[in-house]
Amino acid sequence: MEVLEYGFMQRALLASLMVGLVAPAVGVFLVQRRLSLLGDGLGHVALTGVAIGVLTSTAPVGTALMAAVLGAVLIELVRARGRTSGDVALAVLFYGGIAGGVVLLSLAPRGQATNLEAYLFGAITTTTTADVAVFGAITVVVLGVVGLLGSRLYAVSDDEEYARAVGLPVLALNVVLAALVAATVVLSMRVVGLLLISALMIVPSAVAQQLARSFRQTVYLACAIGLVTSVAGTTASYYAGTPSGGTIVLLAIALFLLATTAVAVREATARRRHRRRAEVHAAHPHEHGAGCGHPAVLHGDHVDYDHDGHLHAPHRTGAGVHYDEHGEHAPPAGTGGRA
Amino acid sequence: MTAVRLREARIGYGDVAVVEGVDLTVADGEAVAVLGSNGSGKTTLARGLLGLATVLGGEVEVLGAPVGRLRRPPPAQRGRIGYVPQRHTVSGAVPATVREVVGVGRLARLGPFGRLRPADRSAVQDAVAAVGLADRLGDPVASLSGGQQRRVLVARALAAEPELLVMDEPTAGVDAASQDALAAVLADVSATGTTLLVVTHETAALAGVLTRAVVVDHGRIAYDGPLAGAGSTDDGHHHPEGTGLPPARGYRQDQPRVTTDGGR
Ligand SMILES: Nc1ncnc2c1ncn2[C@@H]1O[C@H](COP(=O)(O)OP(=O)(O)O)[C@@H](O)[C@H]1O
Ligand SMILES: [Mg+2]
Repeated sequence: MEVLEYGFMQRALLASLMVGLVAPAVGVFLVQRRLSLLGDGLGHVALTGVAIGVLTSTAPVGTALMAAVLGAVLIELVRARGRTSGDVALAVLFYGGIAGGVVLLSLAPRGQATNLEAYLFGAITTTTTADVAVFGAITVVVLGVVGLLGSRLYAVSDDEEYARAVGLPVLALNVVLAALVAATVVLSMRVVGLLLISALMIVPSAVAQQLARSFRQTVYLACAIGLVTSVAGTTASYYAGTPSGGTIVLLAIALFLLATTAVAVREATARRRHRRRAEVHAAHPHEHGAGCGHPAVLHGDHVDYDHDGHLHAPHRTGAGVHYDEHGEHAPPAGTGGRA
Repeated sequence: MTAVRLREARIGYGDVAVVEGVDLTVADGEAVAVLGSNGSGKTTLARGLLGLATVLGGEVEVLGAPVGRLRRPPPAQRGRIGYVPQRHTVSGAVPATVREVVGVGRLARLGPFGRLRPADRSAVQDAVAAVGLADRLGDPVASLSGGQQRRVLVARALAAEPELLVMDEPTAGVDAASQDALAAVLADVSATGTTLLVVTHETAALAGVLTRAVVVDHGRIAYDGPLAGAGSTDDGHHHPEGTGLPPARGYRQDQPRVTTDGGR
């Protein structure tokens, strides 16, 4: 493939592969905590780190990582104090980070690489071999921590109060998660840019949570979606001459819309089928039993009745006899629970 | 040993005390109902024991360790407490199965990096079966009804096999059959020596299990004695001395009628 002939594109694709995998693996926990914008806030803080790196002529990736991790720890401590709401703390972080970054970058001497746009919107083709090595290390560490502590991070994200009540180390886990977000932000900086990082963490998870049944499934599916959209977006951006970050995010959003539509259609179909059946049943009400005319089918511990191509499982309730539809998929999530 | 010991405890949020002057000692293995009208401070009292509400004064000791201004229980308590919050349903934006939610109940028992072992998995299964949802183990919690979700939270607390089980209205929104089932489960748990502290309005369903009642009124303990006698504070005029407050609105209506016939 032509796209693989250039060294810069090889590095770009490698970087987008790692980002696509890592960002959703961390993002799912943020979505679960309804703290989707944390990644955005830390992205802004990372800009200050980038500026410090440029000013002191050190590698911006390192200083950005330090700034983002510091910001992450700080915000968790503020949240734990409980005085300021997490919301306000995030806002202060947002604006302080981006303002500091812009001001510091403007102080850099002429001739320095102060291409603000490259950090804000990504410049994946400028990824160096050294960058790829750093990204690889970040990827291994982040995925390793998620693998090791995933169930605890889930517990804290799902119900922080319960976790605290039973004695899980909530603050430590929150700080770990925030540090993971910070590391992911720095990893994603080159590929999608600081302004779009959150999208790569959140959107794949938003797609996956509509299709998955369990948290674990959501994580795996989100990572797969992130990986595919990231690599496909980077490839497409090469041929179309568009920025990689925007292309990847648009692709992910297209998937999101597709999944949302598909789920809506599926639910509408299920509702329609249910209504049609209800009419059929109303037309000839009787209790199934031996000799009712409908073929009996042994189904595990009970007998179903073959009824116009679908199975009825009769059981008595307080209100009379009720038929469960068998030989069908379970009702899709979101159509309301059965009481 | 003593499961719970409060001395002149003041518990609240921020600087505001909701519960004041509470003296309460619960011995290991006791089964206590916490009663009282809405807003009397039952939840705050329970949360104070768990380090979720602020201890503003006095002493609060749970399982032999003090609960102070610290926001989480000391290490000695980790994994020894089960909790059913009053919140009615499971939240969370991302789907999770019954198995996953209940599995969290086992986590605190493990070390910081420990993984669920087969024994933990079977404890999860047993807890889910105990609340009658064995066939829903792999289903997303969001696909369950409100009452079923409530039972999932009960299972999460049971799965911890705790020494102290604090339940805040576990029967709210749960049908009568499931309440009876819960009573049976709590009887089993109690028989293994677990201390029970259950905030409830449905004393009838749990009368066979809970033997002692603590009635909270306006943030103070208005009655502490046998469950069967808890109704005696419901004379409509009597009010504990010293609160200087009129009887709580709705107190008489809310006060559960306690039946002594086993609660069926
Ligand atoms: N998080 C909170 N912050 C401030 N006040 C609260 C909080 N939760 C409850 N309260 C107050 O404490 C009082 C007792 O509430 P609660 O303990 O929930 O009562 P109960 O559980 O008996 O219905 C109420 O007046 C309520 O307004
Ligand atoms: Mg309450």
